[in-house]
Amino acid sequence: MNESQPIILLKDIRKNFGQTEVLNNINLYVLKNEFVTLLGPSGCGKTTTLRIIGGFETPDSGDIFFEGQRINNLPPYQRNVNTVFQKYALFPHMNVYDNIAFGLKIKGTDKPAISKKVDEMLEMVNLQGFHKRSVDSLSGGQQQRVAIARALVNQPEVLLLDEPLGALDLKLRKEMQVELKNIHKRTGITFVYVTHDQEEALTMSDTIVVMNKGKIQQIGTPQMIYNEPKNAFVADFIGESNIIEGRMLKDYCVEFAGRVFECLDKGFEPNEDIDVVVRPEDIKLVHSDTGMISGVVKSVTFKGVHFEMLVEGQGVTWTLHNTEMAEVGATIGMSLNPNDIHIMKKTARG
Amino acid sequence: MNRKWVSYPYFVWMLIFIIIPSLLILFYAFTVRDEQGIRFTLDNFYKFCEPIYITVLLKSLGLALFSTFVCLIVGYPVAMILASKQFSRSTTLSMLFIIPMWMNFLLRTYSWLTLLEKNGIINAILSFFNLPRLDILYTNTAVVLGMVYNFLPFMILPIYTVLMKIDGKLVEAAQDLGGNSLTVFSKITLPLSIPGVMSGITMVFMPAVTTFVISKLLGGGQYTLIGNFIERQFIQLSDWNFGSAISMIMMIFILISIGIMSKFDEDKGGGAALW
Repeated sequence: MNESQPIILLKDIRKNFGQTEVLNNINLYVLKNEFVTLLGPSGCGKTTTLRIIGGFETPDSGDIFFEGQRINNLPPYQRNVNTVFQKYALFPHMNVYDNIAFGLKIKGTDKPAISKKVDEMLEMVNLQGFHKRSVDSLSGGQQQRVAIARALVNQPEVLLLDEPLGALDLKLRKEMQVELKNIHKRTGITFVYVTHDQEEALTMSDTIVVMNKGKIQQIGTPQMIYNEPKNAFVADFIGESNIIEGRMLKDYCVEFAGRVFECLDKGFEPNEDIDVVVRPEDIKLVHSDTGMISGVVKSVTFKGVHFEMLVEGQGVTWTLHNTEMAEVGATIGMSLNPNDIHIMKKTARG
Repeated sequence: MNRKWVSYPYFVWMLIFIIIPSLLILFYAFTVRDEQGIRFTLDNFYKFCEPIYITVLLKSLGLALFSTFVCLIVGYPVAMILASKQFSRSTTLSMLFIIPMWMNFLLRTYSWLTLLEKNGIINAILSFFNLPRLDILYTNTAVVLGMVYNFLPFMILPIYTVLMKIDGKLVEAAQDLGGNSLTVFSKITLPLSIPGVMSGITMVFMPAVTTFVISKLLGGGQYTLIGNFIERQFIQLSDWNFGSAISMIMMIFILISIGIMSKFDEDKGGGAALW
């Protein structure tokens, strides 16, 4: 992964707004053609990071490089980067055509070329024939497409997307996710995507950067982030999980919930205090005699594809996802495979 | 819920203070009173067509337009500064523009008299530094100065209000798409602020074209604008009929200019102006 030169490189970026620390030592690189998602709860600094790449904020310290060039003080209009804004920010006094043509007109592209490119873009985002429409008359999803077209028509090296699907309803959001992914594949433009929706991040990204409180918590592929969360925050934020305090007795051997389990992790100090992550769907529901842990079902909720059950056992409240349900009040057994037990170094939670 | 009745006092008010007086002006404008009593006539309007009156009208329109233009040139940048990030939260600066409006209009204009006098404050300062004296009192310049000074807030405030409402993201989007400050201003900020500019122009132009206090005080007695003219017909010459006719003509001019403004406003697709 380190072979090609990163197109964007952030080095030791720090940023404060007044007394509030927004970014604390951000180090990050983005490769060409990559789909990178900055993921985190609101206020984690992901949008600020994007704005620093776009040129709307300057870091207090640290450097930002674009294709090897330091661009800390380069104004937005000189960066070969375009942004799709959270609430689209379409120009209300222009029609769809003029909105999309805006960037090209500024560059002084000649009229027939602009017209051709705008047509191509409208086709790409499935809005053929919308040229003369005023942007106010468009639905949220259509405005979103215009915003994407307006940015992409300039053929930027990097497209920045700031929670672009946040204002759309669930179904439309899913459709747009697929479409954005297709556009990414087709154009080969590098995408840097900001979202707080972990599912969106998992579906779309090549690389996910999980952020919290101005710090990067973990960088990795969606699978890595989901299966091997680096700390309790990541485990908690990406999907649902049971996080249990435990002790690493020796390599491949962990004690938690009053029992010793076999696991696949090593390299910890003997008897080191650790956090164990178990995904709710990895806990198997078995007969109470054969389970590794037994517990009493406290509640059952139907979630569509599966049931969510809260089970109390060994002083821990376990969240289980299973397509079969147990009766409330019943005693059940739970069983875990070694590769479903994820060990994390202890960190301050949250 | 039908709450129509709450507007009744306003209707009564409008009837007594707007509709009836307007009808009276209409009545006076089309009548004269002579030995045979009151009779209908168009004489008052014919009288106005004489060159000296037309000259006064054109001069009033010209001065008012020029003052409006100066207000726009001065007021727009001020509104932009007030609306900019650094100052939008500072009430001090906006108060500096609003507080003078709390003082009486006459007092403010009189104070300019003191400032501009032959031996007034400005000339005292100038002569102290051995600079040439400023003798602009009782000239066009003084009248324009008085109008700009008095009506500038009416230009700044509507523009400021519109500028504050422009989404900062639009400016960022324009920068993002390659626009430098000049492009962003000419393609985004200015077109989006047109409704404010339009109401600013109307709000300055209308009082400027009808003022008689400013021209009387700063223009000296010899200086006549249409406002002074109307005033003189009513107060000194007691020719209410001719005075009403001029008022009607003035009203028509103002209605036409409002019509042009609102048309322009619609074409630009801007939001509702102040009226």
